[in-house]
Amino acid sequence: MPEALEATVKDGTPVAPDAQVKAADAAKAEKPRSLWSDAWHDLRRNPLFVVSAILIVFLLTMSAFPGLFTSADPRHADLAKHYLQKPNWGNLFAEDWFGYDVQGRSIYARVIYGARASIAVGVLVTLLVTVIGTVTGMLAGYFGGWIDTLLSRVTDIFFGIPFILGAMVVLTSFEQRHVWVVILALAFLGWTQIARVARGSVITIKQADYVMAAKALGASTSRILLRHILPNAIAPVIVVATIALGGYISAEATLSFLGIGLEAPTVSWGVDISSGQEQLRNAAYVLIIPSIMVSITVLAFIMLGDAVRNALDPKLR
Amino acid sequence: MTIIDKTADVPASRGSTDGGGPLLDVRDLHVEFKTRDGVVKAVNGVNYSVSAGETLAVLGESGSGKSVTAQAIMGILDMPPGRIPQGEILFRGQDMLTMGYEERRKIRGQKIAMIFQDALSSLNPVLSVGYQLGEMFRVHQGLSKKDAKAKAVELMDRVRIPAAKERVDDYPHQFSGGMRQRIMIAMALALEPDLIIADEPTTALDVTVQAQVMDLLAELQREYNMGLILITHDLGVVADVADKIAVMYAGRIVETAPVHELYKRPAHPYTRGLLDSIPRLDQKGQELYAIKGLPPNLLKIPSGCAFNPRCPKAQDVCRTDVPALLSVTERDGGELPGRRSACHFWKEQIHG
Repeated sequence: MPEALEATVKDGTPVAPDAQVKAADAAKAEKPRSLWSDAWHDLRRNPLFVVSAILIVFLLTMSAFPGLFTSADPRHADLAKHYLQKPNWGNLFAEDWFGYDVQGRSIYARVIYGARASIAVGVLVTLLVTVIGTVTGMLAGYFGGWIDTLLSRVTDIFFGIPFILGAMVVLTSFEQRHVWVVILALAFLGWTQIARVARGSVITIKQADYVMAAKALGASTSRILLRHILPNAIAPVIVVATIALGGYISAEATLSFLGIGLEAPTVSWGVDISSGQEQLRNAAYVLIIPSIMVSITVLAFIMLGDAVRNALDPKLR
Repeated sequence: MTIIDKTADVPASRGSTDGGGPLLDVRDLHVEFKTRDGVVKAVNGVNYSVSAGETLAVLGESGSGKSVTAQAIMGILDMPPGRIPQGEILFRGQDMLTMGYEERRKIRGQKIAMIFQDALSSLNPVLSVGYQLGEMFRVHQGLSKKDAKAKAVELMDRVRIPAAKERVDDYPHQFSGGMRQRIMIAMALALEPDLIIADEPTTALDVTVQAQVMDLLAELQREYNMGLILITHDLGVVADVADKIAVMYAGRIVETAPVHELYKRPAHPYTRGLLDSIPRLDQKGQELYAIKGLPPNLLKIPSGCAFNPRCPKAQDVCRTDVPALLSVTERDGGELPGRRSACHFWKEQIHG
């Protein structure tokens, strides 16, 4: 019986010592791999991930150090150079590469500097939403009973508010809407999806035998939650959060376009799209160039989310 | 229902007992679950006790309540839907059911530990084996990460995992089934508890590995002088290891006996049936005996003796009166220590 033989070999004790030595050698040669290192192994070989990661690193660099990409000031307005002075498409990375907007500001410089606001909104809203959603979902899923009922109903109430409409209502009540106001407003309305995903995931994981085993061996509730449930339940949350990040960036652009997101002194893609609409007929590029940036960024994050999902849970493919 | 005497009728136990009392004494334990279809009575008045150094095997089919009893002892039942309407679980004379949550948690792992059936799903897949073993020392004894890891290696050596030092950072899925069960045993053993509950520790393993794991468990138990409750449905597994056996059926104990007595002369038709359905080499070619019928639906346990619909010896009295778990004696009235049976006709069963 080859199967039985194999079993004894694997188990080591009853078979010849050289088998044990071999097993030890194999263990030494191959570094142990967890779920996360397996996922990382898969990710590095996934072109989708490589492309989106390069794009995202590029965008993050752009938002952190816009000075590296342009020496022009995005707020410097020279009315002599307004949009009727056409873009100089051949003049790569120069101030007039993409031409000037209605107030004579360099569109290239504004696109570079606009990355910061858009990406800050995307990343920070995602972080906030992940924290609020995971904590709510985890408590509801783990404790169940009335805690679950209460938290789930609160989640449902927030879930029922249409995202953009809700954000409009919240944002119009502020006099000044700088980046933080928009971030908090979006996070305030956006955490429900993560909370639901986290709750479902925690309910599945809490029934796992190792959670019962941890309990049986005397682990405290906080240890069970943080050490045993959270690391196992977080994968779907990360996937949803990564994909949602793109959504928050486009939500910021949408709100700014409608005139209730970020406001003029702040440089953002959404603000530029909004001001570009007035010249759509005679200078469409004023609107199109920041729109393309939004699309590329959203696409990059959604691709990253897809790649991460495939790596963490190949069954979902 | 009567209560099993403490140490009085325990056969020569392998170790000394603390002040004479049993380590763990389960008295008239009831567990029920509320479901959509009604109340499932999973455990209906179980009594058993274990002393230090003693091995009690709890035997029964699936659904007989043996695992639920263990979970009630550990305090890891899901409540709700589970409920313990009555009973006591005395650990060193203290009722664990009336203890506070923290007090109880401190007993788990340090005083009573549990080994689960499926070691793969009982180990956290995202944490290395060394981390999980070390966790026991860090949480309960406050050791540093480094010391905890050294202890983990030591433990893995104890349960004879080859190349423990190299494998301590491996993850559960990188071990074979037998090795994983050894790791579970090591985790349960880590804090040298007084009592270990092993819930079908070898069911998920193949036969050769089963024997190794059982031997290891028995050896460690002797060495640490622990009490051991071995939950199983495999009569073959318990014969060499157990001191006494409690047979469960439909949430009740139907027979208790020292292990060899039980094999020699069962005093309950159910035990007889279980013994007869063990495949034997000298019966090759013959049809294997099986207890006819199905285990009872715990939503509506048959009146009288729960085993009556399947019992070849059932009489009218079996359908109306619940038999108590009474002492079994020799034909001449001589005492048979540790033997009890819950059958109206135990005399006929044991003495032919």
